[in-house]
Amino acid sequence: MKIAVALKQVPTRDALLRLSESKSWIEERDVSFEVNEPDAYALEEALQLKEKHGGEVVVCSLGPPRVQQAIKEALAKGADRAIHFEDTQFTQLDANGTATVLSKVLESERPDLVLTGLQSDDLGYAQTGVILAERLGYPHATIVMEIQIDGEKLRVKRELEAGWFQWVSMPLPALLTIQSGINKPRYASLRGIMQAKSKPISKVTAGELGLGSEDLSPKQNIVRLYVPERKSNTEFLQGSAQQMAAQLVDKLRNEARVL
Amino acid sequence: MKDGILVFVEQNGGKLDRVAWEALAAGQKLAAELGCEVSCVVLGKSAAAAGQQLASARVAQVCVGEAEPLVSYTPDGYALALKEIIQTLEPAWVVFNHTYQVRDFAPKLAASLGGGLASDCVGYRVENQRVTLLRQAFQGKFACEVELTGPAPHFVSFQAGVFREDSVERQSESAPVRTFEISIAPGQVRTRPEEPFREAKQSVDLTQAEMIVAVGRGIKGPEGLETVGKLAEALGAEIAASRPVCDNGWLPMDRQVGSSGQTVAPKLYLALGISGAIQHQVGMKGSHTIVAVNKDAEAPIFEVATYGIVGDLFEVVGPLIEEIKKLKASG
Repeated sequence: MKIAVALKQVPTRDALLRLSESKSWIEERDVSFEVNEPDAYALEEALQLKEKHGGEVVVCSLGPPRVQQAIKEALAKGADRAIHFEDTQFTQLDANGTATVLSKVLESERPDLVLTGLQSDDLGYAQTGVILAERLGYPHATIVMEIQIDGEKLRVKRELEAGWFQWVSMPLPALLTIQSGINKPRYASLRGIMQAKSKPISKVTAGELGLGSEDLSPKQNIVRLYVPERKSNTEFLQGSAQQMAAQLVDKLRNEARVL
Repeated sequence: MKDGILVFVEQNGGKLDRVAWEALAAGQKLAAELGCEVSCVVLGKSAAAAGQQLASARVAQVCVGEAEPLVSYTPDGYALALKEIIQTLEPAWVVFNHTYQVRDFAPKLAASLGGGLASDCVGYRVENQRVTLLRQAFQGKFACEVELTGPAPHFVSFQAGVFREDSVERQSESAPVRTFEISIAPGQVRTRPEEPFREAKQSVDLTQAEMIVAVGRGIKGPEGLETVGKLAEALGAEIAASRPVCDNGWLPMDRQVGSSGQTVAPKLYLALGISGAIQHQVGMKGSHTIVAVNKDAEAPIFEVATYGIVGDLFEVVGPLIEEIKKLKASG
């Protein structure tokens, strides 16, 4: 079976972020990026399904040259080939725009299964996968914690709220958005890293997809980003670790009266 | 109804829970500021019963969508039904709560109507009839204002807790209930849901704990749990965790606090190395006293903490165990 995985690169979790001059994005220089966490789980799930059922894993990533790093990491872990969507027109697309771009290639690739992370750690729209399914005419399920495939039939375990789950069946082809924790993502082996060097990465531009600026015009505009005013009533303790521990126990005993 | 606000209300077996009323409160407020009408829509099995309850709220009408394929929730069924109702009513805005169900179908619905969805919003502002929506970005490190462009309808989902259930305005006379017979062909609903269930091994009931020591990514690995366990033991507290700790298998899933885990409100909640993403906060912010220890002074957990320590949790835990033991020894 052919499995496509959409990977997004996001700033590392502990990156110190500054606002760009436009105040509508972050200053990307000096920031290190990594694969969006739920997407890394989606990739691992694709690799495990391929090991079980055969086929190929195609990685799709949209972004500037820096995303090559995420693509190479995926190829080193065992993906077979990659499609890099790179064009200045793809800068700062909203979920609709990203789904439109991805759908153009996936319409002709016709993968049996498309996997994405359930949301990104930067903007967290949690929409790209679901819109992509709509564009491709695929059935979908979100927040998936387990996948079973039997021939043409797909059965997945969805996470609901407050510890509830639900199994859902659907025909293939289909799209699933993957929840973190579904598996244990592997590390790339040295052999994998060597093999990745000869794996194909095709680059795709807006022009090649027949997409103009009108097709990609956002339905959602970022007006501005800013550092939120923290409405904190937290009383911060000061001093050495020893002093803070003593103060805390005293306050929990005498102020909050919980000890 | 044209150019008004339509609120999607989630129901479960005819019951409406807190988020259902929160969505209605959001729609009423937005309608008041835009000077337009607000209606609501409820779908599925027992939708009529839920519709009756909703009719006590101050709304222009309650729409009830019924069709055989809507007996159980499916994204295909809900998106098709709402598309038909929206095309009939032509609202300017469609308002949701950002629940797991809404996340599953709302992007599809909005895309099928060519509209944009501002998801997981935490507020809004209206100036000269222009609506600006407020979201969080980069894990809460930044706030983000967004605008939806293009023709109506526009779609917006609000995070749980942004609006208050008890702020829903009521009216003495029941609002009219309008039933939509939705025609969905058998093949149009492609997913087949089974009954929801809970994992049998959900054995730990954190909701009953008086004290909880919770750990997050900051513990770095399972080795760190030993010291934290000693602290919990000294306090007589249960151990809990934020999602990443359970995802990594350092603690079992039934120790998870947050939107996908348990919701707790103990006397004391000690958050160690937890940044406090909103998904975690919703599960613990009702705690009486919250203590947060985190390296990052900007971590969102300090928005809800009573007492805060900025520093390495491993440097603090040792002395804390000593102090608690001293206190217990002195009675």
